[in-house]
Amino acid sequence: MIAIVDYHKGNLKSVERGLAAAGGDVLVTDDAAAIAHADAVVLPGVGAFADAAATMQALGQAGVVRERIAAGVPFLGICLGMHLMFEEGVEGAPQEDDEASTHNACGLAVLPGVVAKMPKVDQKGLSYKVPHVGWNTVQLQSGSEGIGGLHQASSARAGQSCGLSERAGLSERLEAVEPLADGQKSSPLFDGIPSGTYFYFTHGFVAPSGPFVVGETTHSVTFPSAVQYGDVAFGVQFHPEKSSDAGARLLRNFVSIVKGA
Amino acid sequence: MLAKRVIPCMDVKDGRVVKGVNFVNLRDAGDPIELAQRYDEERADEVIFLDITATSDDRATTVDLASRASEQLHLPYCVGGGFRSVADIRAMIAAGADKVSVNSAAVADPSLITSAAAAFGSQAILCAIDAKHVAGAGDKWEVYVHGGRKATGIDAVEWAQEAARRGAGEILLTSMDRDGSRDGFDCALTRAVARAVDIPVIASGGVGKLEHFAQGVIEGEADAVLAASVFHFGELTVRQVKEHMRAQGIPVRL
Repeated sequence: MIAIVDYHKGNLKSVERGLAAAGGDVLVTDDAAAIAHADAVVLPGVGAFADAAATMQALGQAGVVRERIAAGVPFLGICLGMHLMFEEGVEGAPQEDDEASTHNACGLAVLPGVVAKMPKVDQKGLSYKVPHVGWNTVQLQSGSEGIGGLHQASSARAGQSCGLSERAGLSERLEAVEPLADGQKSSPLFDGIPSGTYFYFTHGFVAPSGPFVVGETTHSVTFPSAVQYGDVAFGVQFHPEKSSDAGARLLRNFVSIVKGA
Repeated sequence: MLAKRVIPCMDVKDGRVVKGVNFVNLRDAGDPIELAQRYDEERADEVIFLDITATSDDRATTVDLASRASEQLHLPYCVGGGFRSVADIRAMIAAGADKVSVNSAAVADPSLITSAAAAFGSQAILCAIDAKHVAGAGDKWEVYVHGGRKATGIDAVEWAQEAARRGAGEILLTSMDRDGSRDGFDCALTRAVARAVDIPVIASGGVGKLEHFAQGVIEGEADAVLAASVFHFGELTVRQVKEHMRAQGIPVRL
């Protein structure tokens, strides 16, 4: 059974139906015990980082979800659900414009770094519409090469293995993952989906970069649009449940991974 | 790079699509969900359901439509028509609508946009503007409300700017002069608004043939193009439109 984590911020029917249509046996639940016994966990994307993280803590979901990821259970974070995989986020925190703020909200700290505001201006000074809403392409990464120039959390602390995770109430960050494969293999989540495929995005904040990036997208900056931790934990910035047949394929891939795990 | 979008719009009354729909191979051409699924297959980027009755009695029917849409559609959708308060909008968002559009009520009380954007995010709030050229006034258009029946004296470009400033995420701009004319979008109007705001503008009103869509993007500088009857009557498919746009060098999702 795939547990869709309900943290009380909005309508989860699209995600539920999308996964069910992909062949998944799904349960929408806010119950930490149910999540702890699920074969897979999906963290959907509704609301703002600080608010969602606080609710997950209050309901006892945060620790359980993190434990399940660490235990190697298949996981999919969607949009904000992907953001919550990281150590910290500025969205909804008192100092949204400052990545290095000590007032950032704490995430699950599965991946290192700070989720920050998407800039409205690119390196050449051209203006972009933010939030980034609409259909954009995902360029798949084959391994960890070629991700220079991505959004890097400017905080000197971001990406370091100390400090941030402790502030998230965690004794340590999860063990760092190896960069994916040998420069050939792409993520199994994108099996049968060509690089350059369009997906539907709606967000104003972007994740930091690192060797965990498996797909990237360009708006005002090039940012991680798909990340992977270990073999079966994934995060996607776009909404597969709103991305027509390409999204349906990705959800089928995830359900296949769940069934094969 | 963000794709330019093609958006079919359906007028809905009592939960049924109105205006003739002439699709073969649909079990029930009056069902907005089934029609939207057909447009999804043709590569529509999103769909808009416009509730043209929009009295409080029919509100429950429209909420029910939004609820079914969130279960059965795999693309973003917007619901418009008759929202008077944040509570009205909340019901639609809770039912699963990705976006709502506001029109007359926002003109009457612009703070509706401010409150709705604060509550649900700018990406969820479209400001629909029905604009009509002011005779003899050059590049000047006036905002009309109540389905185009009532003039307001408000300048369309200035209203679009205020809506954007208040947190609207997109402008859905309909030319009343062109609506139903099949002469193409009012590209001068669309361009004037697109250049005045830093949020996406959806061009609406007047499409009659394939070339008009690309004109809306290239000459009108629109981020998205909307049409109703040319799609409903099966004169053009969304896919045909997008293939033509792509041939003109416009980035589209196919």
